[in-house]
Amino acid sequence: MENIAGQNNTLKWAVNISVVLLVVAWLIPTVGLFVSSFRDRDQITASGWWVAPFSVELTFRTRGDATPTQDGDLWVIEGNIFDTAEVAETFESGDATITGFGVTARAPDEFPAGTEGETRDGGLLTVNADGSYRFTSTEEPDDRGPRVYFAAETPPSFTLDNYRTILTSDNMDRAFINTLTVTIPATIIPILIAAFAAYALAWMEFPGRGLLIAVIVGLLVVPLQLALVPLLNLHNRIGIGQSFVGIWMAHTGFGLPLAIYLLRNYMVGLPRDIIEGAKVDGATDFQIFTKIILPLSFPALASFAIFQFLWTWNDLLVAKVFLPSDDASRVMTVKIADDLLGSRGGDWGILATAAFVSIGVPVLVFFTMQRYLVRGLLAGSVK
Amino acid sequence: MSPLLQGALTILVGVFGCVGYFYAANLVLDKFIFPAKGPHTGRNINRANAVRPWLFLFPAIFALSLYLVYPVIGSLIRSLHNRAGDEFIGLGNYAFLFSDPTFLTALFNNALWALVVPASATFLGLVVAQLTDRLSWGNIAKSLIFMPMAISFVGASLIWKFVYAGDPDIGIINAIRDNFGWELVDPVQLPFWNNFFLMAILIWIQTGFAMVILSAALRGIPEETVEAAIIDGAGPLQLFFKIKVPQIMGTIVVVWTTITILVLKVFDIVYTMTGGNFGTDILPSYMMSFMFRDDGRATAVAVVIMIVVLPVMIWNIRQARQEMR
Repeated sequence: MENIAGQNNTLKWAVNISVVLLVVAWLIPTVGLFVSSFRDRDQITASGWWVAPFSVELTFRTRGDATPTQDGDLWVIEGNIFDTAEVAETFESGDATITGFGVTARAPDEFPAGTEGETRDGGLLTVNADGSYRFTSTEEPDDRGPRVYFAAETPPSFTLDNYRTILTSDNMDRAFINTLTVTIPATIIPILIAAFAAYALAWMEFPGRGLLIAVIVGLLVVPLQLALVPLLNLHNRIGIGQSFVGIWMAHTGFGLPLAIYLLRNYMVGLPRDIIEGAKVDGATDFQIFTKIILPLSFPALASFAIFQFLWTWNDLLVAKVFLPSDDASRVMTVKIADDLLGSRGGDWGILATAAFVSIGVPVLVFFTMQRYLVRGLLAGSVK
Repeated sequence: MSPLLQGALTILVGVFGCVGYFYAANLVLDKFIFPAKGPHTGRNINRANAVRPWLFLFPAIFALSLYLVYPVIGSLIRSLHNRAGDEFIGLGNYAFLFSDPTFLTALFNNALWALVVPASATFLGLVVAQLTDRLSWGNIAKSLIFMPMAISFVGASLIWKFVYAGDPDIGIINAIRDNFGWELVDPVQLPFWNNFFLMAILIWIQTGFAMVILSAALRGIPEETVEAAIIDGAGPLQLFFKIKVPQIMGTIVVVWTTITILVLKVFDIVYTMTGGNFGTDILPSYMMSFMFRDDGRATAVAVVIMIVVLPVMIWNIRQARQEMR
């Protein structure tokens, strides 16, 4: 294969380049989110994340000093714009340069740095690139100091502020814990139930086995939507209502068909000799199951566990219906979709950070357990 | 009690409950009901073995009937009743649906989704699988393209909100348009085409799934057929379309149907991106607009979704039965 003559070299290059392009296209959206989550709020709206490492031109407004000196018949105010009260905090590090300045909010960078501009009350203002300014007027300025607008190249700033905000003030920490609370029991409980059932369907002879397997294959594709109303009503009738208990049970029920199907497919493939040998030696089904089948099925159990974990962690629909919609029990997906998108709609840094907090754990699980995930996918689909 | 503690307790109760149930049930069966001793030992063992599968299956069957079989029937019945659920109105809810233009839009959009998303995801997945097949860094590339599978639909929607944002300093699409001096657009508000921009998100997620399965299928193709084709002078494209694709057709169909079923259930993307506005409603999101408000109509939409899925379900069952023979 490797040595088909001629065309091979160009082909190889074409393949390599197209794969690189594909991978880049696939990664761009996520990288954008990742970069944005570390950027300063003002910088996000001022420049795209793709130029995040470069400095950004931001506009500010401030007032000059209020104490003029007299120079002949002129009133003069001098100083450095970066030290004025309204912006001093922003420019503490002090490596910004001014590109332009203005005297109205409509045209904050009307005049280039170093030139002279006229203020509305007839004074003259000069702001240099390094921030020094000089204001002259024939009349005595009022005691608030002249209003100055300016645009400055500010160096890129990466902060953890967004993470701090989202984790402390937006109840996202609560939502994170809630997601965890929903996910773990909803992952563990179906596994055991499914494992016993899968063993019976794989290794026990009984009438109706084929029919049961067919039913489970059918249930695999039942749309969740059908289950919502009747089950919620049922939960309300038996007193569970919208609660964690309810969502654990719902996830368990919804996860079972896939669990049974995956585990049965795997268990059927286990060597017959071992199981029959054990039977001949007098082992009961219960012993065979716990001592032989369960340990041997570990890869399939792990596959399903990862599936169920990802599915319950990422779920929005079930959580919206089976959990109450107050801050105390919202999971992260609901929190983002129903709360943050509304209340923080324009605050891209916070949104990016929230999304990143919610996808961090599953992505981590994905990269560490990918082997089992792939195996599970293959067992579930290719037969 | 804090939910976390409650969760830990539930795990304990669940796990020990299950193990305890299976252990005790087996014990009772073997020791008391059909003891393997006394005058009827043989008959008892046979009977115990006939009952045992049902012991193993009982919790699963119980949960499945309660959480999947019962709701199917329950939804069907509920959809024939009015909003309050106290009056039988026959097909009234369905009549309402088919006279509601929003429903018809949702149905049409859903058909679009069900055609475009599985086709694109499967095609892209196949292309990536083939391209990365012999690549030295193929596994890394695959892993990165597979990664969106781990991201929730809500998370993915947010990620793409950044891509689609109307502000050229946030959305990369508008940044590019701005760069060329073109008019800025808001992709999710463009009538009709916005559907395709939303579909792109699901395609982005599902391509990895198609790729993983198709790549395994490609690896499974017997080398001899490929070698024979090369000796007969087949070019790379011919090799791919005439030799490889036909041999993995079965897998392609499985991938296609799996993604189709998923498409019919996903409401998160539309819900997060547009809330069903701008003519982007699909059936699942349309259903959510009735959820908690009008159970009759909500279940009627669910039943429509079920009817759409039904052919796939029947096909799946037939496939599974064939394999077992």
